[in-house]
Amino acid sequence: MAKILVVTSGKGGVGKTTTSAAIGTGLALRGHKTAIVDFDVGLRNLDLIMGCERRVVYDFINVINGDATLTQALIKDKRLENLYVLAASQTRDKDALNIEGVEKVINELKENFEYVICDSPAGIEKGAHLAMYFADEAIVVTNPEVSSVRDSDRMLGLLASKSRRAENGEEPIKEHLLLTRYNPERVTKGEMLGVEDVEEILSIRLLGVIPESQAVLKASNQGIPVILDEQSDAGQAYSDAVDRLLGKEIAHRFLDVKKPGFLQRLFGGRE
Amino acid sequence: MSQADLLDQEPVFQLKGSMLAITILELVQNDLERLDRQLAAKVEQAPAFFSNTPLVLALEKLPENGAGLDLAELVALCRKHGLRTLALRASQPQLIEAAGRFDLPVLPPSGARERSLDPAAKPAPAAKPTEPEHRPSRVVTTPIRGGQQVYAQGGDLIVMAAVSPGAELLADGHIHVYGPLRGRALAGIKGNPNARIFCQQLAAEMVSIAGSYKVAEDLRREPLWGKAVQIGLSGDVLNITRL
Ligand SMILES: Nc1ncnc2c1ncn2[C@@H]1O[C@H](COP(=O)(O)OP(=O)(O)OP(=O)(O)O)[C@@H](O)[C@H]1O
Ligand SMILES: [Mg+2]
Repeated sequence: MAKILVVTSGKGGVGKTTTSAAIGTGLALRGHKTAIVDFDVGLRNLDLIMGCERRVVYDFINVINGDATLTQALIKDKRLENLYVLAASQTRDKDALNIEGVEKVINELKENFEYVICDSPAGIEKGAHLAMYFADEAIVVTNPEVSSVRDSDRMLGLLASKSRRAENGEEPIKEHLLLTRYNPERVTKGEMLGVEDVEEILSIRLLGVIPESQAVLKASNQGIPVILDEQSDAGQAYSDAVDRLLGKEIAHRFLDVKKPGFLQRLFGGRE
Repeated sequence: MSQADLLDQEPVFQLKGSMLAITILELVQNDLERLDRQLAAKVEQAPAFFSNTPLVLALEKLPENGAGLDLAELVALCRKHGLRTLALRASQPQLIEAAGRFDLPVLPPSGARERSLDPAAKPAPAAKPTEPEHRPSRVVTTPIRGGQQVYAQGGDLIVMAAVSPGAELLADGHIHVYGPLRGRALAGIKGNPNARIFCQQLAAEMVSIAGSYKVAEDLRREPLWGKAVQIGLSGDVLNITRL
C-alpha cells in the first residue's frame, strides 16, 4: 500500500523543499519507488533542487486540468531508477489547485508508487491544506526558533483536525518532527532553542536533526539532493532520518546539545 | 508630608478587569418599524429577559454599514422594550459621530465568539428544584495545539496532554490539565464562581474563572509559575495555590 507523506511546516523557508528532495531521494536509494510532488504552485523550486528544471514539460496543474497524463508529466530522475518528480506550475497561482484534482492525481500516484512525498508550500492556507489533506504521515520541518516552533504547533493542530483522516475519524496522521538548520554553537549561546526544548513543546517523535550546513547550499546550487553528498554532515543526518522513517533505531548525531547531561557525557549520544 | 497629603494619596478607586456576558443586538436591516414589532413579540415570549438588560448594538452588518440609520430612535426603541444600550459597534462615520453625541462608547468590531441567544429558552424555572443533572466530562487525550479551541459544554474538561500557546480551553465546569498548560483556560464561563482550574504546570497565557482573569504578565510574577497548581475564585480574586 502506497504511503502519502507530506513535508510541511507552517513557516516559510525552514527547509521543506530541501527535506522533500533529500527524503524522497533517500527512499529511492533504498529501493522504494518514490514520487516527489511540488505543491508550491507559482514558486516551484523542487525541480531546481532535484536538478531536473530543464526537463519540465508538463506540471501538476496540467495533469489536474487534463492537459497531460500523469505519465507524461512525471519526470524521471537521471541518477536513480526509482525516483520521479512532479513539478508545480510556475505560471499559475494556488487557486489552480482544487481538492478533486489533487485527489485524482494522488490516487493515481498511489497505484504506481510506494511513497508519494508532498512538498508543501509555506503557510496554513489552501496550498498547504491540500498538500497535507490526503497524507498518511507528516514530516513537520522546524527550525530551532520560537516562531518556527509555534507555526509547527499550529500545523500539527491542523493535521489532527483538518486532514481527510481526521474528517473521516480514521487513525490520525503519523507525525514526525524534523529539526533543521540546527546550530549547536548558537544553542549553547542561548540564541536558539535546544532539541529538548523543541521536543518538549511539540511533544511528537523526533525523526532527526539536520545541522546547519554549507553542504545544503552547495548541493542545491548543483541540483543534487544533499543526501547524495555522503561526506557531508547534513547528507548523513538526512540518511539517518530516512532509516528511522523506515523503522530503524539509530542514535541522533550532530547535536552537541547545551549542557550535556551526566548520561550523555558518559555515553556520548542520546536514546 | 502633611496629614492631608497622605490622605490624598490614599486610593479612592481600583481598576479591575472582568469579562461580562453581554447581550448583543445585531441589526441586519435598517427597518425600525419591523424591529419594533419583532422585539415586542420576543418580549411577550420572555418578559424576564427584557428588564433593564444591558445591550451592545452591533451595526456593522447593516447594508451600507448603517448609513442613514436614526440612532436616537433605535436607542429609544430598545429602551422601550427593556434593553439599555451601553455601547455601539459601528464603523460608519455618521454613526460614530452620533454615538459621540449620545455619549455612547464605540467598540471595535468583534472577532470573538458570539452565540445566538434565545431569550425564551432560558427562563421557565421548574416549580420544585430539580436534581442537578450530571453532564459527562469531556476528556481529551491528544495535545491541544495553537489555534485550536475545545469547549466542554455543561461540564468539566479534562486534558491528558499538553496545551500549546495559542490554544484555548473553555468549560462550564472545571478544567483539569495533566500536562503543561501553555495556552488559555477559561473555567465556569457561564458564570459559575465555584469552577476551578487544575494543572500540572502553570505556564498559561491566561486563566479565567467566571470572567475574572489573569494574563501571563501577572501570572509570570506568581511564585507558583511553572508549578502544579489549582486556581479558584474567592470573591472576585483569583487564588492560585499549590496542588
Ligand atoms: N540544513 C541547512 N543548512 C543550511 N541551509 C539550509 C538548510 N536547510 C535549508 N537551508 C537553506 O534554507 C533556504 C530555504 O530552504 P527550502 O527552500 O528547503 O525551504 P522551504 O521550507 O521549502 O521554503 P518555502 O517555504 O519557501 O517553500 C534555502 O536557501 C536552503 O538552502
Ligand atoms: Mg519550498
